[in-house]
Formats: sequence, C-alpha cells, structure tokens
Amino acid sequence: MEQTKSLKLVPEISDEKLKDLYKQMWLIRYFDEQVDQFFAKGMIHGTTHLAVGQEATAVGACALLSDEDKITSTHRGHGHSIAKGGRVDKMMAELFGRTTGYCKGKGGSMHIADLDKGNLGAMGIVGGGIPLAVGSALTAHMKKLEYVTVCFFGDGASNEGSFHEAVNMASIWDLPVVFFCENNQYGMSGNVKEMTNIENIAERAAAYGIPGVVIDGNNIIEVINATYEATERARRGEGPTLIEAKTYRWKGHSKSDAKKYRTREEEKDWRENRDPIKKFKEELIEAGIVTEEEAEKIKQEAKQDLDDAVQFAQDSPMPTLDDLLTDVYA
Amino acid sequence: MRELTYLEAVREAMSLEMRKNDDVFLMGEDIGVYGGAFGVTRGMIEEFGPERIRNTPISEAGIAGAAVGSALTGMRPIMELQFSDFITIALDQIVNQAAKLRYMYGGKGKVPMVVRTPSGSGTGAAAQHSQSLEAWVAHIPGLKVVQPSTAYDVKGLLKAAMDDDNPVIFYEHKLLYKTSSEVPEEEYSIPLGKADIKREGTDVTIVASAIMVHKALEAAAELEKEGISVEIVDPRTLVPLDTETIIQSVTKTGRLVVVHEAVKRGGFGGEIASMIAESEAFDYLDAPIKRLGGISAPIPYNPELEKAAVPQVPDIINAVKETLNK
Ligand SMILES: Cc1ncc(C[n+]2csc(CCOP(=O)(O)OP(=O)(O)O)c2C)c(N)n1
Ligand SMILES: [Mg+2]
Repeated sequence: MEQTKSLKLVPEISDEKLKDLYKQMWLIRYFDEQVDQFFAKGMIHGTTHLAVGQEATAVGACALLSDEDKITSTHRGHGHSIAKGGRVDKMMAELFGRTTGYCKGKGGSMHIADLDKGNLGAMGIVGGGIPLAVGSALTAHMKKLEYVTVCFFGDGASNEGSFHEAVNMASIWDLPVVFFCENNQYGMSGNVKEMTNIENIAERAAAYGIPGVVIDGNNIIEVINATYEATERARRGEGPTLIEAKTYRWKGHSKSDAKKYRTREEEKDWRENRDPIKKFKEELIEAGIVTEEEAEKIKQEAKQDLDDAVQFAQDSPMPTLDDLLTDVYA
Repeated sequence: MRELTYLEAVREAMSLEMRKNDDVFLMGEDIGVYGGAFGVTRGMIEEFGPERIRNTPISEAGIAGAAVGSALTGMRPIMELQFSDFITIALDQIVNQAAKLRYMYGGKGKVPMVVRTPSGSGTGAAAQHSQSLEAWVAHIPGLKVVQPSTAYDVKGLLKAAMDDDNPVIFYEHKLLYKTSSEVPEEEYSIPLGKADIKREGTDVTIVASAIMVHKALEAAAELEKEGISVEIVDPRTLVPLDTETIIQSVTKTGRLVVVHEAVKRGGFGGEIASMIAESEAFDYLDAPIKRLGGISAPIPYNPELEKAAVPQVPDIINAVKETLNK
C-alpha cells in the first residue's frame, strides 16, 4: 500500500481498484460524449443531461460503496449509474428505448435505476430524490442494516424545500445518509452565486446541526476521502454529513442550451486546467501505479466497452404495444 | 393578417400587458437570459429587466407562494412553472392558499395571478415531464383553468387571464408552441368561459381540448371523405366551462365524443359527459357518449409506446364511427 500513501488517500485502496476507478471515469466520459453525438444526429429522442467534466464526483463517492449500499441519483445520472456498478450496455439500450434497457425502454436517460446494485434510481424531479434517500436510510436504521445511502443532488436542488425538510429529518434521527451535493456552479442557467446568498452550500449543514464539508469535486482523491469519512460516521450511527463537491459541467444543461449565462473563457478554464480525469491520471502515474502506456490501455478498454454497449443497444429489440400496460397495477 | 406561433403569442400577450401595467411581472426558473425552458420569454429580460423578469431559484413552492402573496398585496404576478408536472410542488400554495383566500376571508382580498405552464407528452421526456394534470386544478373551486389550442386563442385568453382578479392556471401545450395561426397585432381579450366551434358539422360533436383539437380536426377531414360531418367544440377554458355551446352542439348532432390527452380515468372528459347526461341534450342523444383519453399508466419513454399512451387520429376516427354504428 505504499503507492496509495503518496496519493494522500485516507482509506486503503488497491492498485487494481484505483485503475478500475480510472477506467470508470473514462467510461462516463465516453458514454456521455457518445450520447451527445447520438442526440445531435437524432438517433436518441427525448432529452438528456450529461456529466462530462463531473466524473470524479460520481466515481469518487461510489468508490468504496458495496452493492448493499444505496444511492439516489438525478436527471444528470449516467455517471452515478456507471459508478455504482451499472452496465453501460443496459444503459445505452435504455436510451435507445429497447426492452433490454434498465427500464425496458420506459424510463430513458433521466430515470436509470438498478435496484440490485443499490441504485435507487434517477429522479427527474429536482430535489425529488433527497427525501427518498432519507427513507432508504430510515430502513437501514430501523432494520439495523449496515448499509449507507449516498444521496446525489445538485446546487440547484439545494434550493428546493425537499432538501431542507429531508436534511433536518435525517439529522434529528441520526440516519446513515450522506448528502452529496455536486455543485457544478449552475442549476440550468441559474448561477449558484445568484441563487444562494452564501459562499458554500455546505454551510447549510450548520442550520441542521450536521457536519458540512467543502471539497474539490474534480479531485477524486478528495472525493474518496470525504465520502469515506462521511460513510464511516454514518455507519457508526452518528448521522448524516453534507458534502459539497465543487465541479463543473462541460456541456450545456440539456440538449438545447445556448449557454448565454456563462462565458466561453470560464468553460475553457475548467476544461483545460481542472479536468478531473487528467488530474487523476497524473497522480496515478506520479505514484507509480500506472505508466502512460497503461493509462492509455485502460482508456482504450473503456472505449471498447462503450462500443460494445452501443452495438448491444442497437441489436436489442424494441418494446411492442403489448408492453404498454405491463407493470401497471392501478 | 400576419401569423404568429403559439409560443410568440404567449410572449406577445405578456409583453403588451407589461408595457402598460407596471404591476404585471413574471417569476420563474431560467426565464432570464436562457429565455425559459421552451424559449417563451426569450428577449423579455432585455426589454423589461431582471426586476420584472424575475429569475428564481429552483423552488416551486416558494415561487407559487410569492406569487400568491404579491398578488394579495397589489401586484399582478405571472408565474412560469417550467413543466406542469412540477405543480405537485407548488400545489399547496395554489390550492390551499390562492384558491381559498377570497372566499375564506369573507370576500376580502383578491389574488390576481396567472400560473403559466407547459403540459403534455410527445417529447420523449418520460413519466415525470409529460403529464396532463389539468383535471386536478379544475376540481378546485377558486381556480380558473385555461387550455388554449391555437396562437389566436393564446393571445386573447392570456389577456383575459391577466385581467382576471382571481388565480388562473394557464396550460400551454409543448407540441403546440411551434404551430402558428393568424393573430392580430393589437390587444384583444377572449372571455374565459366561451367555447369555440373549431369546425361546424351535423353528425357528431367532438369536444376536444388543447392538442386534441388538432387531432380531431385531422380526424374530421378524414371522416368527411366518408361523408361523415363532424362538429368540433373547443371549450378553451375548463373553468368556467361553456356548457351552453356544448349542449347546443350535442342537441344538434345527437352524438358526442369527448377527447383529451389527460388520463381518461378521472379526466375532465367525465365531467363533460356527465354534464351532457344531466342536460336537456340527453334526450337528443342517438348513441352512448364516447370518451377518449390517455391510458391509465405513466407516460413511457419509448416513442412508439408514448404515442400509444394517448389518443391519436385513428382512435378518434374509430370513436366517431362507433357512435354512428359504422
Ligand atoms: C422540481 C423541478 N423543477 C425544475 C426542474 C427543471 N430542471 C431540471 S434540471 C434543473 C437544474 C438542476 O440544477 P442542479 O440541481 O444544480 O443540477 P445540475 O443540472 O446542475 O446537475 C432544472 C431547473 C425539474 N426537473 N424539477
Ligand atoms: Mg448544478
């Protein structure tokens, strides 16, 4: 474990696992870049929200979670799904509206769920997943189960009443939940600086009597460490933590976005100077965990997985009208 | 006359009013430089500034409540709810506050606010962004409910909604935003509670709302080729409802098909059908009333399933023929 020390990791993580995390980051990037292209070509319909540039938050926060641990995800959820062990082929099939997709073609980009892997699903209602995560933590508490729930939500979502109600409840009941805010600076066009009057969303934790932590969300090591501490605290029965990870979405909010609310310079700065994948790669190389060539090979493996996923999706059957009323119970 | 899109008609109605009346202002998510999720408010912040085109945090309950409170105290707010599905979050303020105050306070105070919101399916946005929930608000005494189907109607009905001293829920249909019709440049008002006969006919009455007006028109054109003459009544406002026009039409044709996109079960079509059953038009009915509406399931993502979840032109044609025993 000598190498991991130079990475400043708090928990111990094997080299193999670190390489896998690196691959996951590329999978997310390739997945969302591919989806972006498919949308542009009209090959996928509906809408989509891409997490390119935010790979470190999803992968870092889920790095040490088991399949028993739960997450709740958001409209920008492809990365969460991949990081929680989701299969990119079933995800892509879902976006293609196929029966082999995670939701049999009924949910699409915004609603990928994989209950077996602990992904309680992506919620298209902003803030909708936050109280739900509290409920998941309540189950763990009442049934004395070991699992923790990591609740992903955005800076924008922290202005919904659901956030405040949920965090307070989790706090008074000491529930094993981690509120993980991916502050990518904007909720659609709303700049977080204009939509809140505080410097950090994590400051809101004080109002509910729980720890609030601000981290660099583009530094996966920081994400892993902060989430590790929060989940350990939760598992000890000491209650929730609010983590705020500062990050940036490289793409527009959804498929149609002229991005008038921010500058191209700002985007360029984040892309060129704060790329989370590039940063992790440099650290892995510096720590002697991978060579440049090995890093490239891992990246190509991710690309191959993605290409296979696209093939799988395209070869999969469409639902028929007989499927319209399956799973309807009321 | 010049043509305007449905979307432009919404914008023009608001802009004309805002130029005249400083009390009118707009609140909503991303309505500033972004121009709103569907582009309705594009250019408005440039003209009216951020005080009156008020970009809000993602806080639907807060926005709705601020609309109610400012309306009660002298402003005339228009609130843009980004998708009508999110009304779930705003409903306490709309249903328990806005709708109740005037009556509950013994006639004191008024709440002149408009909630504008896009509804409907057909965009591939799946279960949480595609619903048609107008029957919920139509059920609440104290709320007026508008569902325009054309650009012309949009402009006149929105003017009436903004002039109204009571809360109005104004449903815009996403798939109609790009449709256009002739729209006068000057201001005009279409009274709330006045239905419009979108096509005259003699054999069957179709009462259709929002996008279903257009599907019914298509169906009627097909049916005409087979010698079937269809009359299409667009109620335009569900509350107040122009029962008279519907009753007259059914009395004339003796047959009624009601079609809306919203889920059929508990949908407003049931209200229209039972209104007819209770009216003098009942004696003129030559066939059972037919209702068409969405299936009792959430809106699915897959485009083929999505289409099949709500009435389409062939469904309307079949329903009309059924009432004619054809
Ligand atoms: C209740 C609700 N309000 C508004 C929206 C529309 N909407 C979807 S995503 C979004 C922005 C969310 O911002 P944030 O929480 O910061 O997440 P991000 O998109 O930045 O990942 C908005 C306004 C929605 N889906 N649900
Ligand atoms: Mg955000």
